[in-house]
Amino acid sequence: MTSQLSVSVWRGAKEGRYETYVVPQRQSQTVLDVVTFVQRNIDPTLSYRFACRVGVCGSCAMTVNGRPRWTCRSHVAKVARRGRLEIGPLENLPVIKDLTTDMQPFFEKWQQAKGTFAPSRTRYDDIAQIRPDSPARAAADAAIECINCGVCYAACDTVRWSSQYLGPAALTRAWTLANDERDAGNAARLQAVGAAGGCHACHSHQSCQEVCPQALNPTAAIAGLKRRTAAAYLKGEIKT
Amino acid sequence: MNVRLYVWQRLTAVLMLPLVLGHIAVIFYATRRGMTAADILSRTHGSIVWASYYGLFVAAASIHGAIGVRNVLAEWSPLDDRRAGVVAVVLGSALFVLGLRAVAAVVLW
Repeated sequence: MTSQLSVSVWRGAKEGRYETYVVPQRQSQTVLDVVTFVQRNIDPTLSYRFACRVGVCGSCAMTVNGRPRWTCRSHVAKVARRGRLEIGPLENLPVIKDLTTDMQPFFEKWQQAKGTFAPSRTRYDDIAQIRPDSPARAAADAAIECINCGVCYAACDTVRWSSQYLGPAALTRAWTLANDERDAGNAARLQAVGAAGGCHACHSHQSCQEVCPQALNPTAAIAGLKRRTAAAYLKGEIKT
Repeated sequence: MNVRLYVWQRLTAVLMLPLVLGHIAVIFYATRRGMTAADILSRTHGSIVWASYYGLFVAAASIHGAIGVRNVLAEWSPLDDRRAGVVAVVLGSALFVLGLRAVAAVVLW
């Protein structure tokens, strides 16, 4: 193990350059530890985002050696190449400064995909009885562990080609709600994800499931939405 | 691509699958038997079956191909969805007319 790391970090916004820093390598060091070392010991003007440091909040995702990763759970020993790291902001999102991206388009697409729960009962009704082993309940697991980190969105070729594409995370959330027996918003949801820029724009490249830190499979969820919306269209339940 | 285009593209693909296999079988049959153009035209001339078979094939291919080209243009060219759609309709119409002309050439004359 080399005792020092050569770390190239993106500095600037849309226009900028990689600047190289030398950071001491330590045991069990994460990429987030490296970025934090640079900010606290070399250049305090470095901007980046993190909160929990334990893979729950989804706010520290960056591009590490060309691949989007959650940096707090990415060990340097596993991702560095010959003692070198290149750390940039997530792709497919506007860069605010350095390693900080503007996540607004990402979350707006959750709204566009009708990714919010639409209750079918009031507080005065009984709690819905959902069998844990029912197929719909199993399918609803698709996005339950999603931490909204944006890694899949940054890795998606279709997002890169089409700014209107809703992206893997928003569509996987829609698929979870589409299978939630308590939800009453499916007519509007299927209409939204069946429109241009919705699930049918997906090319099934599967980059999303390749990079998802939670080992989710958005491609499978999107395939489910394709089937569900096609059936709804043929039944005349949704229009284009 | 929206759900309407998706459904049309998938349905035409399903339709073309047996048609493509049949088409390839016909090619093998005709070439292995050493049939001349005159032999083939004598069988296709006035045939409602061959006119229907290849007429349907042409229609499905025109729709399927036009939707695919529309997607490529919308994603890879500077054209927006509407303009890509216009180009795709022109292309699909041209394919349809040229294809039907070819079908007519072996069935009617």
